[in-house]
Amino acid sequence: MYKYNDFDEAFVRARVAQFRGQVTRRIDGSLTEDEFKPLRLMNGLYLQLHAYMLRVAVPYGTLNSAQMRQLAFIANKWDKGYGHFTTRQNIQYNWPKLQDVPDMLEALADVEMHAIQTSGNTIRNVTADHFAGAAADEIEDPRPYAELLRQWSTDHPEFQFLPRKFKIAVTGAAEDRAVVRAHDIGLQIVRNEAGQVGFQVIVGGGLGRTPMVGKVLRDFLPKKDLLPYCEAIVSVYNLLGRRDNKYKARIKITVHENGLEKIQALVDKRFETIRDGFSGHDQTLLEEIKAAFAAPEFAQKPIDGYEAARLANPAFRSWTDTNLTEHKTDGYAIVSISIKKHGQTPGDATSDQMRVMADLAAQYGHDELRISHEQNVILPHVHKSDLPAIYQALSAADLATANIGLVSDIIACPGMDYCALATARSIPIAQEIATRFDELKIEHDIGELKIKISGCINACGHHHVGHIGILGLDRAGVENYQITLGGDGTQTTSIGERAGPGFSADDIVPAIERLVTGYLDLRESPDETFLQAYRRLGMEPFKAILYPAEDKANAA
Amino acid sequence: MARAFTPKVVTANALLEGDAVWLTEDNQWTRDIAKAELITDEAHGDLRLLEAQARADEISGAYLADAKPGTDGPEPTHFREAFRTRGPSNYHHGKQAE
Repeated sequence: MYKYNDFDEAFVRARVAQFRGQVTRRIDGSLTEDEFKPLRLMNGLYLQLHAYMLRVAVPYGTLNSAQMRQLAFIANKWDKGYGHFTTRQNIQYNWPKLQDVPDMLEALADVEMHAIQTSGNTIRNVTADHFAGAAADEIEDPRPYAELLRQWSTDHPEFQFLPRKFKIAVTGAAEDRAVVRAHDIGLQIVRNEAGQVGFQVIVGGGLGRTPMVGKVLRDFLPKKDLLPYCEAIVSVYNLLGRRDNKYKARIKITVHENGLEKIQALVDKRFETIRDGFSGHDQTLLEEIKAAFAAPEFAQKPIDGYEAARLANPAFRSWTDTNLTEHKTDGYAIVSISIKKHGQTPGDATSDQMRVMADLAAQYGHDELRISHEQNVILPHVHKSDLPAIYQALSAADLATANIGLVSDIIACPGMDYCALATARSIPIAQEIATRFDELKIEHDIGELKIKISGCINACGHHHVGHIGILGLDRAGVENYQITLGGDGTQTTSIGERAGPGFSADDIVPAIERLVTGYLDLRESPDETFLQAYRRLGMEPFKAILYPAEDKANAA
Repeated sequence: MARAFTPKVVTANALLEGDAVWLTEDNQWTRDIAKAELITDEAHGDLRLLEAQARADEISGAYLADAKPGTDGPEPTHFREAFRTRGPSNYHHGKQAE
């Protein structure tokens, strides 16, 4: 993992001291809220419905055990004993008091963490494939590039007042687990015909009010050009992006309004101007960063005990079938720890659970943890012989739910239970859907199904790319939930289509149940996933299931 | 034609805790909406909001929220404002736990 150097350490400490002074001046009344707001947002501090919220950056979702333990300590000391992992691989605390926030930031700095640029119209936390460095299908670990981008974008003087927020995601694998086509810049590590490794650069993707799938700006960018080329993109956007209307300010609108060709020409021109300014220092730095991300020394041990435990314990077998992913090294597995126990809040972990996960990472996982954008926690490097012990420890901490990728592995934004922007609640809908399908005991029969819920049009819950998306709205003072179908956040990204009129809070869970059990009748075989069935059949049969009364009315 | 004025309360977030507070008739910030001043005159509402906004070292983000008279005092009319009087629905945290 990357270690802070003296510059990083001094920079983060100086920022904490600066913010401490700003908080003091806000509390004594010498700063108004209007003056203070941009300062607190630069440091990840929001004011929500019931309290402040502190969003802490987890760079490209990577943590070590000491950092996870510190997150638990902060949750206990200054919050209510839990944290919420987000769809951008970050963690949020929902109950900090203003006067405590500088101490929380100081405690984060103690473990090389911060909350800088987790808000505001800047380049946000760079996200990456949560299986980076472990996945069997990976060309190269994307994290050194994500770290290089993080260092370049942090406090970048040209990019502190962009037209709107700016999100970059990187993946090194063919299977896109980082939703790169729904980011302002998506970077996919690819190999060209000559066998060289570089980036496919995707631009102008995004969800929110106007969802768009990103477009390929450059098919193959040599690796050494990464920073100047990204700087050229953001620089063009900084000048061309609209500042007259917040809803038309993201780069997806800039690309849409100006056309890809014009953007390409402008970026190329800017790139030619600035590339010589990158004299190679970035490449020296990249080599240092890469050394920090060297793969751990993997052990070679027999896995007989693992196979025997699988045969002996059906619950363990079910968990291994659902929550493990193939590792690039023989004898190893990637473990996804579900923090989506049926009926619990998606993405929430108590401080005790955080400590259990930290201990497991330290003891069995080469000291590495990841946060996935799907709001789960990953142990990326685990030897299979250690899995029975890990499963036992997870079970004791209520963390052994075998539901990764299934109907109850729901992404949900905080919604109107916490968020000041929300138009309806998301969490109770997620809890009820998960509870209902657990009662029906059919989620393993249903197979892969991604339900994603947002509590407003801003789409933090990624509903547009859910196989089933749910969008909570306020319709004449009542919560109302719209369903979209056929969304996909992987390499075959598509935006879901709206199925029809929305459902009330009471009717939405039965509607989802109808939809999913209806799919079981429509699929050709148990191997055909919901998304495949939707792509084969189109909207109509699913619409007929969702709106049976209307169907009859039309027929009559 | 201008829309008829509906009753309002002045509400904000407390500066330190960040939780919802309401302005009482005697210029206190209360954590119980029932103790808030129910404003039925538009001009008076505008004035009260200005006075609230001037108290920058006590609160943030003051605004006028719709309310209606209830048996114990003002009550929220919109579900968002009702949540602000209680707290989140997934945990027994916030005002409902106090």
